[in-house]
Amino acid sequence: MSTVTFKVFRGDQNGGELQDYTVEVQEGMVVLDVIHKIQAEQAPDLAVRWNCKAGKCGSCGAEVNGKPTLMCMTRLDTIDTSKPVTVRPMKTFPVIRDLATDVKWNYEANKKIKPFAPAPNTNWVMFQEDVDRVQEFRKCIECFLCQNTCHVLREHGEKTGFIGPRLLVRTASLEMHPLDVENRLDMLKNEGGIGYCNITKCCTEVCPEHIHITDNAIIPLKERVVDEYYDPVLRFFRRLFGSKKRPELSQAADD
Amino acid sequence: MSTKPVIGTDKRLTERQDLWWLEPLLVAVVLTSFVIYTIWAVLQRSDFHFGPYTSPFYSIPFTSAEKLEWLPFSPAFLVIWIPIGFRATCYYFRRNMYRAFFWDPPACWVAEPKRSYSGERKFPFVLNNLHRYFWYLAVFALFFHIYEAGKAFFFEDGFGMGLGTLIMLLDVTFLSLYIFSCHSWRHLAGGCLNCFSKHKGRYTLWQRISQLNEQHGLWFWLSLMTVWVTDIYIRLLSKGILTDVRFF
Ligand code: SF4
Ligand code: SF4
Ligand code: FES
Repeated sequence: MSTVTFKVFRGDQNGGELQDYTVEVQEGMVVLDVIHKIQAEQAPDLAVRWNCKAGKCGSCGAEVNGKPTLMCMTRLDTIDTSKPVTVRPMKTFPVIRDLATDVKWNYEANKKIKPFAPAPNTNWVMFQEDVDRVQEFRKCIECFLCQNTCHVLREHGEKTGFIGPRLLVRTASLEMHPLDVENRLDMLKNEGGIGYCNITKCCTEVCPEHIHITDNAIIPLKERVVDEYYDPVLRFFRRLFGSKKRPELSQAADD
Repeated sequence: MSTKPVIGTDKRLTERQDLWWLEPLLVAVVLTSFVIYTIWAVLQRSDFHFGPYTSPFYSIPFTSAEKLEWLPFSPAFLVIWIPIGFRATCYYFRRNMYRAFFWDPPACWVAEPKRSYSGERKFPFVLNNLHRYFWYLAVFALFFHIYEAGKAFFFEDGFGMGLGTLIMLLDVTFLSLYIFSCHSWRHLAGGCLNCFSKHKGRYTLWQRISQLNEQHGLWFWLSLMTVWVTDIYIRLLSKGILTDVRFF
């Protein structure tokens, strides 16, 4: 057993500060255990959101020594405990209290994404190779660590023109769905603001589900936006031969 | 609804305790040195040729740089804009460029200088959307690199292989891996489809490219290094500072 100092943010909408807690830690503990220990022994009013303690509910996101992470999945032996360890709430979202932040902006921005739309009389048989890509995106646990990390939201506060990596992943899961016939490219280019993303990949670095956010979702979506808006040659050929890519679309439009 | 983060206004740069500045620093140093070297090599107009070897900077389609001596500018300018354009618009390079040179952001979770930001929505960065056109051109240029590497087996005294041949072969290998692991190519080859089951051939191709694409960054650096080493090696041979090692 050893003793470690934790500097935990205490405060609310009006501001706050880091407060020191010295805790006896044991082998195998995660940061969330420490927060619970502080709650149990020193600060019963310390607010923290958690649920599964298994990295699956996505509630316990915070910043440990400056790195956005799930507290329940951050073992103490992966951080330097010889120095005080700071624990702050996610920087990008308004603090409700202490470590709990208000993430409802994500649900508001999500409304920009048109829902799944199958063609009329869809044959619901799907092949595994058609849904592999989409299944990667469905692993998302909505922890919003990627949203918190993305510098467009975090540093530039672009919450009106940009939907952020999590919602780009969601758009990709719909756009690449073999049975979906909706077109979300206009949304991506305009209200979705995919052009704000400069593919610096920090979102991918924090995703606890190891979704290849940039390589598999954002860049392929950027390429689809290029197909539609920035590639006159492709557009010319598509017009010449009639777009074969998504015949379902025109069919759906007719119905 | 207030979206303003309460603690977003503080002045901390970061609470990261690791060497987060090392990667952008190394990238900036290596890329800047490469750019300076390239400008110098291109302006030299000499020492790009030795025996059967030609520097990749001077690998000119359908002709050779020697035949273009009469040009008022370095013949390298005829082709150098292709790899420059391809690399500058490469998705992997963009990640590094924005981090190392624009500090947008310098590293993850590190504060940025406060200034307006429009990402890739406006000029000049909106031009990155032209990456696929540079990919087409890069494939075209690659064929001539492969041709030059083939020529590197044919010495004055007949067929053979030297250290220069090996370096040039490595160069075209890494260039091919870099070019064919490109994100735009991955999209054009199959990523643009929604129903892979209806396009088995393209699906297989897309899977192969996806495998290569996972290491796209590695291929970027290795091919950059081999281009650099190839030019330096040929230059040193041509200046008589080194003698070529002949294997057979
Ligand atoms: S890659 Fe794009 S979405 Fe992801 S963190 Fe960077 S700017 Fe944000
Ligand atoms: S994509 Fe990953 S980091 Fe982003 S919300 Fe989903 S699980 Fe969390
Ligand atoms: S408590 Fe559920 S993800 Fe951490």
